[in-house]
Amino acid sequence: MHAFASEIQERSGQNLSRCYQCKKCTAGCPTVTWFEWPNHGVVRMIQRGLRDELLGSKAIWMCVTCETCGTRCPNGIYLSPIMDALRALAVEEGRPVPEPAVVAFHKAFVGSAKRFGRVHEATMLAEFMWKSKLFLQKGFVGEAVGGAKLFAKGKIPLLPSSVKGKAEIAKIFAESELKL
Amino acid sequence: MTYSYYPGCTAHSTGWEFNDSTVAVFSTLGSGLTEIEDWNCCGGASAHNLDHFVGLGLPARNLSIAQAAGKDLIIPCAGCYNNVKKAQTAMEEGGEDAAKLKRVLDFDWQGKVAVLSLVDWLERPGVIDGLTAKVKRPLSNLKVVAYYGCQLVRPQRVTGRSSCENPTVLEEACRAVGATALDWSYKVDCCGADLAFGHGDRAEALCTKLAQQAKAAGADAIVVSCGLCQINLDMRQSGLGLPILYITEVLGAALGVAKDKWWKKHINDPSGLFR
Amino acid sequence: MSRIGVFICWCGSNIAGTVDVHEVVAELRKLPDVVHAENYMYMCSDPGQDRIKNAIQEKAIDRLVVASCSPRMHENTFRKAASAVGLNPYLVEIANVREQCSWVHQRDKATATKKALNIIRATMDKVRRNAALEAIRVPLTKRALVVGAGIAGISAALDLADAGYETVVVEREAAVGGRVRQLSKTFPYHEDARDILEPRIQALREHQNVRLYTGSRVTEVTGYVGNFEVAIATGDADPVRETVGGIVVATGYRLYPVEAMAEYGAGRVPDVIDALAFEGLLRQSMDSGEPVRRPSDGKAVQDVVFIQCSGSRDPEHHKPYCSRICCLYTSKQAALFQEQNPGGRATVSYMDIRTDCKNAEEYCQKNIEEGGLLYLRGRVSKVWREGDRVALWTADTLTGEKLEVEADLVVLAMAVEPSPGYAEVAALFRASVDQNGFFQESHIKLRPVESSTRGVYLAGASQYPKDITDSVAQALATASKVQSLFANEELAQDPLVARVDPDACSACGLCVPICPYGARELDERVRLSRVNEALCQGCGACVAVCPNKACQLKNGLVVQVLGEIEMFTEPDLAEACG
Repeated sequence: MHAFASEIQERSGQNLSRCYQCKKCTAGCPTVTWFEWPNHGVVRMIQRGLRDELLGSKAIWMCVTCETCGTRCPNGIYLSPIMDALRALAVEEGRPVPEPAVVAFHKAFVGSAKRFGRVHEATMLAEFMWKSKLFLQKGFVGEAVGGAKLFAKGKIPLLPSSVKGKAEIAKIFAESELKL
Repeated sequence: MTYSYYPGCTAHSTGWEFNDSTVAVFSTLGSGLTEIEDWNCCGGASAHNLDHFVGLGLPARNLSIAQAAGKDLIIPCAGCYNNVKKAQTAMEEGGEDAAKLKRVLDFDWQGKVAVLSLVDWLERPGVIDGLTAKVKRPLSNLKVVAYYGCQLVRPQRVTGRSSCENPTVLEEACRAVGATALDWSYKVDCCGADLAFGHGDRAEALCTKLAQQAKAAGADAIVVSCGLCQINLDMRQSGLGLPILYITEVLGAALGVAKDKWWKKHINDPSGLFR
Repeated sequence: MSRIGVFICWCGSNIAGTVDVHEVVAELRKLPDVVHAENYMYMCSDPGQDRIKNAIQEKAIDRLVVASCSPRMHENTFRKAASAVGLNPYLVEIANVREQCSWVHQRDKATATKKALNIIRATMDKVRRNAALEAIRVPLTKRALVVGAGIAGISAALDLADAGYETVVVEREAAVGGRVRQLSKTFPYHEDARDILEPRIQALREHQNVRLYTGSRVTEVTGYVGNFEVAIATGDADPVRETVGGIVVATGYRLYPVEAMAEYGAGRVPDVIDALAFEGLLRQSMDSGEPVRRPSDGKAVQDVVFIQCSGSRDPEHHKPYCSRICCLYTSKQAALFQEQNPGGRATVSYMDIRTDCKNAEEYCQKNIEEGGLLYLRGRVSKVWREGDRVALWTADTLTGEKLEVEADLVVLAMAVEPSPGYAEVAALFRASVDQNGFFQESHIKLRPVESSTRGVYLAGASQYPKDITDSVAQALATASKVQSLFANEELAQDPLVARVDPDACSACGLCVPICPYGARELDERVRLSRVNEALCQGCGACVAVCPNKACQLKNGLVVQVLGEIEMFTEPDLAEACG
């Protein structure tokens, strides 16, 4: 087995050798249209050790962990933990990502959780908008209108609430590989 | 029966009416909900995407608090539920993850409290009968489809459900309060909420298809049990005007405890459905 | 004192590579009653057997131990060799120094050698106390029973009846013919299934040697090869009792239910049917000359999708195995559909096309080329209702696309599984089944039609998914096995059976219910337990349960077994074996 495949198996706890390329995972995937390689292709690429291609791919960031593929896989392979492992590796290695907005959102979200213990939408979204430079892109106005509607409905509180056990939260982050 | 309660971060923001209606329904049924102390964010869909251990550690802390509280834990938000269940599964499967969680959070999972979504709760013996008995306003004009999405049902290893393809308890609950719950083929398809930030158009494509299919099935609303599904479907359905209701709002309306404030929080106004 | 000969087999390097066979021989020669000890590369070979025969004659050996592989392999070989030169075969014992010694101690030669020596000494301890026994001779009933009257059962029964043996046929259903009765045409020549089946059914009904019970079940089986006593419930008040010498089990298959496939709608989506239901639609269409119509509203089908491997090759949720027949019947169904519905389009979802029988590859290819069938490689993820049609998500692995396809009708090539009730049938005939419920053959290559019980043979899809050709071939093989059994006037049976010491027996009766073969009864007249030697299989259950040690096995006396065990509880060996 290729070293990269062993690494992903180890991190994900999934047995990739069981895949017989039936493609049922791809057939049921809601977001595969936006992958460069379909789900079964990702498994194949891991088997072949195509590390750079995968860690720099859109596919790993377009997977939304809906678990449809794993639920139906005749061989019990769950792609979500595999995708998690690929994403985490890409972040750990600081690779340039083709989906900066998606990664910026995840970072803003987890950053908020790290800071307050709970997520505070207003500051989180502000950070996300700034870091993703989304406000420079087409379609931002539509998004902003949506956000404004929520704000108007009192769905985005101004003040964050935070937890007392911040030391424990900090410890969880300290024990991880994650750098935000 | 009283429960521990994990409201999640959205309880005071985008999911305000979910939280409020959940609390109202439980108290009407005589089931107390006690918010667990000092709960933290479950990590959402983001933590596990970035780091395996943070993805398990954040929900595991809540699991530890719930265990100390000693009562079965209700988690209305599907995403929070799934994360906490994943932490529970990791603890139960043993291995390296469990050992590290045990060390870092200084807790040992004894398996003495159950982690329940509202779907799990409704499936408990006697719950639906209890609802039926307290109906004040049967919702005989309401026609809905139930939508479960992903996190309430999958993966089977985590949720422990016997059917990941055709859960039916939300429909049973709607029928118990007099509403018509229609069958459709999209109840466990994904709404793409994770794409909402960064690729709103893509999430909109998935949600629009769901809303169209719900209308085609003859529904006046979609009933959900997930804060992310609700806001995503409500915001991104290409102007089809289909209300997206929380199951607890439906139950609350039938039990006679609905508030106008719930409906005002919605983008597609559902108040007409309850007149 | 006995005169024991000991032969140690090298089994090439299997034994000699680990056990020091020369040291073993040197040690054994020191024992006073060992008159001959030697080692040889392959004892089971002709020269090896000749060495045994010569030594028996030259040195007047009266007890023989062969230290070699498992007795299951060659006990009979060496017993025959001894018998050929006048030594009673029951004075021959095998010491298993391969599976139980050399193979498990390959890294430790000293331990293996020591252990081999102990195994041989223990076996010698036993053989010293063996008695010269004679085979038990039992008369044989030359009548056969066939269970199941599908194409396999019918074929076996007709062959046996033609050979002149009375044959009892028991069929659960009211009609005979099994699954073939449900088919339209057969692959690869599009022969009408009726034309295959009807003449055979006719012959079965008219045959003077066939006794046919339909709507009936076998409810009880006692006895043993040569003389089985069978009770058959026919729906009348009293069950019919029959005595038969040999049995063919041909209980067939059913399709794994569509309800088990949650992501394919679990039977709730209209116009999603299994392959046998589609055979019915084809049949109707051929008989009426009308096109194939979908069940929901009777509309002529324009687009049909066949989903192969539905429930098969899915170790996680359903059946791990390939159901073998679906590739070909799906190709046939697609081709027949296009004949019946000109202009209709057939699409086949497949993972691999497996064409493992005569003319199958050519047949499939011809259907694709001439019918313009679209084969899409990929597994369907979900099937649902879309308006008045059926929609599905599938994929084309050859282009890498995900596809959404709509059809009027979806046909699921459901996995083949054993007929319901297989477990009861297995228990009744003491025939074991594998993890999927298919009857287990004795040896997959060398004894493929024999069950784990002597005299019970396996035919058709109850053993593994098979098409008509294979089912008939296997059925004819079972008929042939039964005939070779019936070529004997009586059966020789191993005399290694239980006996009762009349002085020790207290007639407590514990041995009667414990006996799995019904071989024990209490003789109330003399207050003693008796053994029916024709039924006893020497399993030892009665020996274990008897409080007085009155039951003993011939050549497996308590004193012999304990003697062997003692050899292994010697401290030095216990230490060597950890």
